[in-house]
Amino acid sequence: MSERDGSGRLAVRKTYKLYVGGAFPRSESGRTYEVRAADGRFLANAALASRKDARDAVVAARKAFAGWSSATAYNRGQVLYRVAEMLEGRRAQFTAEVADAEGLDTDRAGRIVDAAVDRWVWYAGWSDKVHQVHGSSNPVAGPYFDFSVPEPTGVVAVVAPSSPLLGLVSVVAPVIVTGNTCVVVAPEDAPLPAISLSEVLATSDLPGGVVNLLTGRPAEIAPWLASHMDVNAIDLTGVADGELATDLEASAAGNLKRVVRPPQAAPDWSAEPGLDRMLAFLETKTVWHPVGT
Amino acid sequence: MVFEYAPAPESTAIVDIAPSYGLFIGGEMVDPRDGALFKTVNPATDEVLSEVVAAGPEDVDRAVTAARDAYEHRWSRLSGRDRGKYLYRLARLVQERSRELAVLESIDNGKPIRESRDVDLPLVAAHLFYYAGWADKLGYAGFGPDPRPLGVAGQVIPWNFPLLMLAWKIAPALAAGNTVVLKPAETTPLTALAFADICRQADLPPGVVNIITGAGDTGRTLVEHPGVDKVAFTGSTEVGRQIARAVAGSRKKLTLELGGKAANIVFDDAPLDQAVEGIVNGIFFNQGHVCCAGSRLLVQESIADDLLDRLKHRLATLRLGDPLDKNTDIGAINSQAQLDKIRELSAAGEHEGAERWSPACELPERGWWFPPTVFTGVTQAHRIAREEIFGPVLSVLTFRTPAEALEKANNTPYGLSAGVWTDKGSRILWMAQRLRAGVVWANTFNRFDPTSPFGGYKESGYGREGGRHGLEAYLDVRA
Amino acid sequence: MSTTALAPASLADVTASNATLRRVLHGLPGVDQVGVEARAATLATRSIKTTAKQFALDLAIGMVDLTTLEGQDTPGKVRALCAKGRRPDPTDPTCPQVAAICVYGDLVPVAVDALGDSGVRVAAVATAFPSGRAPLDVKLADVRAAVEAGADEIDMVIDRGAYLAGRYLDVHDEIVATRDACGDAHLKVILETGELATYDNVRRASWLAMVAGADFVKTSTGKVSPAATLPVTLVMLEAVRDFRAQTGRQVGVKAAGGIRAAKDAVRYLVVVNETCGDDWLSAEWFRFGASSLLNDLLMQRQKLATGNYAGPDYFTLD
Repeated sequence: MSERDGSGRLAVRKTYKLYVGGAFPRSESGRTYEVRAADGRFLANAALASRKDARDAVVAARKAFAGWSSATAYNRGQVLYRVAEMLEGRRAQFTAEVADAEGLDTDRAGRIVDAAVDRWVWYAGWSDKVHQVHGSSNPVAGPYFDFSVPEPTGVVAVVAPSSPLLGLVSVVAPVIVTGNTCVVVAPEDAPLPAISLSEVLATSDLPGGVVNLLTGRPAEIAPWLASHMDVNAIDLTGVADGELATDLEASAAGNLKRVVRPPQAAPDWSAEPGLDRMLAFLETKTVWHPVGT
Repeated sequence: MVFEYAPAPESTAIVDIAPSYGLFIGGEMVDPRDGALFKTVNPATDEVLSEVVAAGPEDVDRAVTAARDAYEHRWSRLSGRDRGKYLYRLARLVQERSRELAVLESIDNGKPIRESRDVDLPLVAAHLFYYAGWADKLGYAGFGPDPRPLGVAGQVIPWNFPLLMLAWKIAPALAAGNTVVLKPAETTPLTALAFADICRQADLPPGVVNIITGAGDTGRTLVEHPGVDKVAFTGSTEVGRQIARAVAGSRKKLTLELGGKAANIVFDDAPLDQAVEGIVNGIFFNQGHVCCAGSRLLVQESIADDLLDRLKHRLATLRLGDPLDKNTDIGAINSQAQLDKIRELSAAGEHEGAERWSPACELPERGWWFPPTVFTGVTQAHRIAREEIFGPVLSVLTFRTPAEALEKANNTPYGLSAGVWTDKGSRILWMAQRLRAGVVWANTFNRFDPTSPFGGYKESGYGREGGRHGLEAYLDVRA
Repeated sequence: MSTTALAPASLADVTASNATLRRVLHGLPGVDQVGVEARAATLATRSIKTTAKQFALDLAIGMVDLTTLEGQDTPGKVRALCAKGRRPDPTDPTCPQVAAICVYGDLVPVAVDALGDSGVRVAAVATAFPSGRAPLDVKLADVRAAVEAGADEIDMVIDRGAYLAGRYLDVHDEIVATRDACGDAHLKVILETGELATYDNVRRASWLAMVAGADFVKTSTGKVSPAATLPVTLVMLEAVRDFRAQTGRQVGVKAAGGIRAAKDAVRYLVVVNETCGDDWLSAEWFRFGASSLLNDLLMQRQKLATGNYAGPDYFTLD
């Protein structure tokens, strides 16, 4: 972010805060940490979220779950599409932030932003299709009508990967498109695109609390989320430290969280995602009813 | 009583229990290397039935090695069509020997022959038959055009539906191209060992199915064995937690089918007589040794007295006793340990102020028994409303509005099943949408079918068994 | 046991109008078809052996309304039937006699004469059996004639057309009128469940008949298929059980038509036993309307007594 533009005007800097329950609070701990660009420049002080921020974020996510999960699939699809629209409108800003965070030139950073926009569009379209692809009518051997439908798991904790925008979008969109709410831990070294994305979310008709975003140290926050008894699932995609991942998975067993383990190889975020990430956070509910007069 | 039913015992001549059994590894019954023998007993008489092996680490390793060898050299090289044919053979052999297996199941488990004969065994055969058909159609299952098996599946099953749980585990695993090492429950190994003989009759390639008996230690060794690619467990939530911790950090795929505390919700417009049957079937089927048992009856206040009258009247007709008597409704409790747990929780129910009721019911002198029991005046805070009893004990709570019923039903860490009884269609769907449970039975309860996915929300586990969904647990679906 | 539908309101209030009657009948708990059929099927798996079977066979014989309802019936046939009803197994004096001989009204005098003081009752179908399609005064004359001829029991049919059209009060009033015409004779009300189509209707029609004063509710005429079935009878047994709990008055159930095998009869008795219990396990409260059933009961009875399977040549054809 340049200090002066062409006309010599001094830029107004942004304060990067957390995104919890639709609001942008500072960390309750009052802590911040310095975020630098890939080339070492100072970019901003980001909030260094505490375990209490994580706790508050889970409360917000739980509170939002009932409404978001019972919104119509059409409505959720429109909200996600709206996110894409808003992101597209702020392409320049995100291009700059991605360029700074990943040390890329503007062209490449721009392509990543485009891919992120397209990913929202892709997932938006799934909102009212995944039920048809993954649900079923079951021909049981008896006088019963029997069907299975996918339902959101609940509150999902997400440790986002280091790819600060495309990777982030690729792990958040599949969680929320089906009606889950989430608490996302942004990548420690490159949290700014995530904060800016939450500004997009806040202006995209996404109900507050559906996505909650924490910046700080995953090694500090994630254990509290992994052991939290009101979190239903955890995505460890962004946990690079194998030992930490094992600990988190073991801790998640406390209430039998659904766990997505870290990938064995660095993921190619530009590839078409497939259904895996949506299915990982969907339950299957089977309903039986007699058929008679 | 005017009309007394004379004893109608099923003949045991059809079963032949050996004095001792080895382990089924690599297609043959072998002696243990480091396992010791232990006894399996008939819970209805306390008599020793046979001696079986508590497989030790070397035995487990040998079984996993046999399964690996079979996976790499035989099973994964077979066409889906041929795998399917083997499964069809297994299904047919189970049908042919179903009476024998039903009697054996009732002897070893204590469940009424009426249930092992009319529920367990037909479902076992149906499950094998269903997944047999999938073996050459995996590309159409929605997991990509060429889904791959995972390798060796380590499967640990409970004692409540021994052979049925075996079928739920083995059928999809084999259909998907995996080989298995299965450990039946400590107290109910005999039908699994009989199934080993069925594998022999089917000429199943050696090592595709390995059956090792034992208790918790054997199960733990199996689950933690590095040669296992997939772990499937059905049992208590506590053991499920331990397994989830044990496989943390590994690449083992895990599915868990755990405990429950299902609400069976009866509205004032329910078909009452069928609701009573559903309540009875919900909690007294298989002595209540059912993870998805309807152990919490939530009844709308305006009909609570009427419904309880009907229920008590009905419970007075339940026949408890010899599991092999064809008229027995309630058999034996599977083990002393389980009986102790049921007694402890029932005592806690009384201690916490709930009112206990059982019909007049004479318990046999030998063996382990518990009468059908109903607690009224139960609140959400009572232990008997929160903890899984896994016995013939029903906790009755009341509610006034649909929202209250829903809130109470969902107020549990479990989420396996739920029941809804009402003649109002829109209310059924409203409830079904909001109940946080993997199976919702509306105007019925405890129905199972191989085509119908079964499994839990929350602490009732993850993964589904049955249907197309059940294949996912045994396929490498990662892109 | 109380039902929610019929609170302690008096029966007179219930029948004040078609609307009040409808409200009560439609307030009865619904019947889930799959559930009731599953329950009946489970009860049908009860295994009744040795002494229990002996007891059940004798009980069933004593509950038979030995029936002939054919256009070609003759006095001779009725006399033969009566002889058989009095001594179903002439070789065995311990064999119980049947409950009743059931005939058309014109043959009542023959039956009365043939049965004498045997204790076997005479039942007559009446009210334009089996269709019920005749003016009310004709139906009532039919009833009076049978009663005057000595019938102990009258089996009437309800007006199914009126019932299905929702004219419950008309059906009720007709039963009341028939009840009055019966005098001291017992009234069995045939619902013809095969035409009522749903179990909800079976339960409601049972209640309607009971409210109107029926001594028995009976499944079928035997002229319509399906006739008696196990689940239909189960629903009716639940109805009489609930009605007694509510009103204190006990009403009997007669399963008629299509029950031919002893094994089936035993299943019905199991359903009676486990639905209503001891109080209904006698010919006073449960009947089988049947003809060929009796021979099978007798054959099974003989098998139990001798240990050898019996053959039909050794039992008289009806």
